[in-house]
Amino acid sequence: MKKLSIICFSGDFDKTVAALTMATGAAAVNYEVNLFFTFWGLNTIKVKKGRSFIGKGSLAKIFNFLEGGFKNLPMSRLNFMGTSPKMMTHLMKKRNVATLSELLQAAIDLKVAMYACEMSMNILGIKKEEFIPEIKEVIGVPTFLELSNNGETLFV
Amino acid sequence: MDITKEYCPMTFVKTKLALEKLNKGDRLEVLLTEGEPLENVPRSAEEQGFRVLESVQVEAGTYRILIEK
Repeated sequence: MKKLSIICFSGDFDKTVAALTMATGAAAVNYEVNLFFTFWGLNTIKVKKGRSFIGKGSLAKIFNFLEGGFKNLPMSRLNFMGTSPKMMTHLMKKRNVATLSELLQAAIDLKVAMYACEMSMNILGIKKEEFIPEIKEVIGVPTFLELSNNGETLFV
Repeated sequence: MDITKEYCPMTFVKTKLALEKLNKGDRLEVLLTEGEPLENVPRSAEEQGFRVLESVQVEAGTYRILIEK
């Protein structure tokens, strides 16, 4: 079976759209797909979609609050203090292109395998329970390499 | 199923999810546009072991394909 593994690092709105478009498109044409969420990418999969003080310790809480969740993912360019992703979502709906939340739902429906990075979770003091239940496992580099072996890998 | 108004990747996502629900012998009719959907929907269905029974142009730029599990 053909395989695509994507390291979702940036947590940017537009780049996450790109990553999930690749992931769902590949899964739809029968690829095995792995998504590895790390660092800023973890914001995409938090259960709390807005800003909240989660995590262990006051510094981690501040970081998690400032980073926010799924609804706060910033555009990598022309973010305009967070208004741009909202305007872009409006345009996507108008043009009948899948929005970011539709893409995430499609990835879930297509049973794309999703993983979270142990190390960056440790920095931010967050636990697996803080993420959506579709996150299969918390893993490190060796497991990711094992999972992505003999396939194509992208870093987004 | 009509995916003529959909764009990539939802054209393929919606087809895949619909195909997953079929039982052996079931058929799915898909209306799609020429270009990327017409080239790739039947091809990926066949790769997944489905049979593409027919592909007919219904109007300019729109095709109807019939897939069987």
